[in-house]
Amino acid sequence: MHFSPAPMHIPDGFLSVWVALLFWAVSIPAVWYALRRVGRDLGERQVPLMGVLAAAVFAGQMLNFTVAGGTSGHLMGAALTTILLGPWGAILVLTNVVGVQALIFQDGGLLALGANLFNMAVVGVAVAHMANRTVQRLAGRQPWGLFVGGFMAAWLSTETAALSVALQLALSGTSPANIAIPAMAAVHALIGIGEGLICVGALAFLYATRRDLLASGAAGAAHDKLVWLAGLALALVLAIASPLASTHPDGLERVALQYGFFERAQGYLYQVVPDYSLPGVADPRLATILAGVLGTLLVFGTVLAVTYTRRRRRTQGA
Amino acid sequence: MHHSIEIEGLSYSYPDGHPALRGVSLHIQPGEKVALVGPNGAGKSTLLLHLVGILRGQGQVRVCGLEVGDGNLGRIRAMVGLVFQSPEDQLFSPTVYDDVSYGPLYQGLPEAEVQARVDAALAAVHMHGYARRVSHHLSLGEKKRIAIATVLSMQPEVLVLDEPTSGLDPRARRTLINLLRELPLTMLASTHDMRMVQELFPRMVILDEGQVVADGPTRSLLEDIGLLEAHGLERP
Amino acid sequence: MHIHFLDPYRPGHSPVHRLDARLKLVLALAFILSAGLAPDGAWPAYALWLSLITSAEALSELGIAYVLKRAALALPFVLAALPLVFTLDGQPAFNLAIGPWELAISQPGLERFLSLAFKSWVSVQAAILLSATTSFPDLLVAMRALRIPRLLVAIFGLMWRYLFVLADEALRLVRARVARSGESGLPGIKSGGRLAWRARVAGGMAGSLFLRAFERSDRIYMAMVARGYDGEVRAFPLPGLTGGQWTMLTAWIGLLAALLALAHLLW
Repeated sequence: MHFSPAPMHIPDGFLSVWVALLFWAVSIPAVWYALRRVGRDLGERQVPLMGVLAAAVFAGQMLNFTVAGGTSGHLMGAALTTILLGPWGAILVLTNVVGVQALIFQDGGLLALGANLFNMAVVGVAVAHMANRTVQRLAGRQPWGLFVGGFMAAWLSTETAALSVALQLALSGTSPANIAIPAMAAVHALIGIGEGLICVGALAFLYATRRDLLASGAAGAAHDKLVWLAGLALALVLAIASPLASTHPDGLERVALQYGFFERAQGYLYQVVPDYSLPGVADPRLATILAGVLGTLLVFGTVLAVTYTRRRRRTQGA
Repeated sequence: MHHSIEIEGLSYSYPDGHPALRGVSLHIQPGEKVALVGPNGAGKSTLLLHLVGILRGQGQVRVCGLEVGDGNLGRIRAMVGLVFQSPEDQLFSPTVYDDVSYGPLYQGLPEAEVQARVDAALAAVHMHGYARRVSHHLSLGEKKRIAIATVLSMQPEVLVLDEPTSGLDPRARRTLINLLRELPLTMLASTHDMRMVQELFPRMVILDEGQVVADGPTRSLLEDIGLLEAHGLERP
Repeated sequence: MHIHFLDPYRPGHSPVHRLDARLKLVLALAFILSAGLAPDGAWPAYALWLSLITSAEALSELGIAYVLKRAALALPFVLAALPLVFTLDGQPAFNLAIGPWELAISQPGLERFLSLAFKSWVSVQAAILLSATTSFPDLLVAMRALRIPRLLVAIFGLMWRYLFVLADEALRLVRARVARSGESGLPGIKSGGRLAWRARVAGGMAGSLFLRAFERSDRIYMAMVARGYDGEVRAFPLPGLTGGQWTMLTAWIGLLAALLALAHLLW
């Protein structure tokens, strides 16, 4: 079942292994640190609050509104959660949501989970926090700050998360940068507007019903300088890297090849064992065909063997 | 003259395969007030959802002369007011005005007309003056009445209610029953409240395990104690 | 009207179901990792990977059709990689004429695209197998075994518990809105309202859902405190893996590593 609104969850196989591992290496410390900070800020209530809010974000992604014809807009949740819980709690909540989506619903890969967490739980949250705090600071005490801040937080976090996805795909050599980046940027610029409107609607509801929750969220987050700076840095990096990469796709590929040491290792192996083919078979095409036949036989053989043993076991057990 | 509700041989199974309705047939005339009773899990709520095309099963469902199908859903949803069991589901906007005006606003009616309808709907549920209130802060009884108002503002021909009195204290319940008595609409109410059935609904339909097991005058059905007990009902 | 059919877990007694959740999680990850590391175009090796996951599916008694059907849902993302077919430099395979344009499809591009699609397809099957044969509580155990912090696992657990409750509420909110979304039938009047209004309504529903979550968490917290919760998450220590399980784990990982080495050597 797919409730995720936009094409943001990257499945397995689309990121090269080193890109996937790289982003695991970034996300794990971020989540670990969020765990420590949350303990300090939210206190005892943390577990039920974040658990149920995570459920609300997940369920909230089922709420849609028709945009035009068959398309509809949804809620992603990073901005709203960040405003309500503050950035560290939001990182944990979104980690939960994205994790469950990957593990249980196959919305996003397992190996790629590190990258997806980075895009939605780290970039999404940090940028949302930065945007919201900045607007609120500009607005002072006036109420419009809440709504404009919410809109900007939602729009900007959607856009930057999308750029991050595109860059990861380009870095992996999966999608050429000059297509992926503009495409993701354009599509999510529109989707982000829908996100922004929904976020404003949610804030309007909460403003009318439980203004105290909004105040506590903002106060609790106060002005987390670390997250604010991180959000700003991420937004700037993505904003600069994206047009650069999309106009110089070859440059990105060069980077990919340079750091793709697994591909490099493959090159070394070829130097050591040149022109390797099935031993005893000279013609390379014949070798490939034979290997293919062998592989196919192995497939059928394995499946047959497995079903046979299962059937035997069942009749024995019955 | 057409029946307001015509259901013929309706069957429906949940996605996991469990059969919820099995060949249900029901005909309700304009102006009739009918109670739908039966134990939990009988399929009452499921049946009600078919009336506005939220669920679609096999068999025929016609409402106000229109077949419940892809082309007619818009009109049908304007003509059938479905009040859900939990008012929380229906009050999803910040203020009472926003919630009550949703129906006519969605239909694209002009602002003046919307305002007039909201006023009329709130007056009908005796909650004039609540327009600027925040729905979330109201009591359960008030929420239930507002929920009815959200549907009345569409000026429907048929009112369908799912457990209207559940959870209400005696005073709120009495207010609600009086309110329902005043409304001149065709009414179908799913309920466990047998005293309300006796008071308000001259006709009663008993649903059990997805099938209609009885359909007739309330007074005589309530005499049949064996029948009531067989389907988990008690005489009021 | 329950949304419990969302839960992908299908109870059963197959060998895969009975396998320890920790092993299943590690093996699923190892499988996906090995598939990811495989070189492009190593079709015979791919067949072996496919045979591995297919045998596991057969063993699980879920029905291969069931797994493949769910795997198909994950495929649309493949379109994101489609441009590769045209843009990757290399020996041209054939030309495609679409209207006035003529696009050159390169062989390496095609190979890369198909390899990618295959790896993705096979990886998602492993993930489906894992979630369909492992109950959520068991998955929590597996997560703890992977040294995921207890706090995070506790939040996971609570989220799961209320996921279906809140998803149910979300569904009912949507239904209630649908039931009031009618057409006036008057000539010249279009229904639907303005886009901004629709978005605001949807936002209100989201806000309502969040608010209920907040207030529910209050009640949950009080219930937990009433039962002695003091903020610290405690859990039973995990039983260690048996020798047999360790052997199985090493054997399977060894097999995957060997397959990977074979793929790199030959192709």
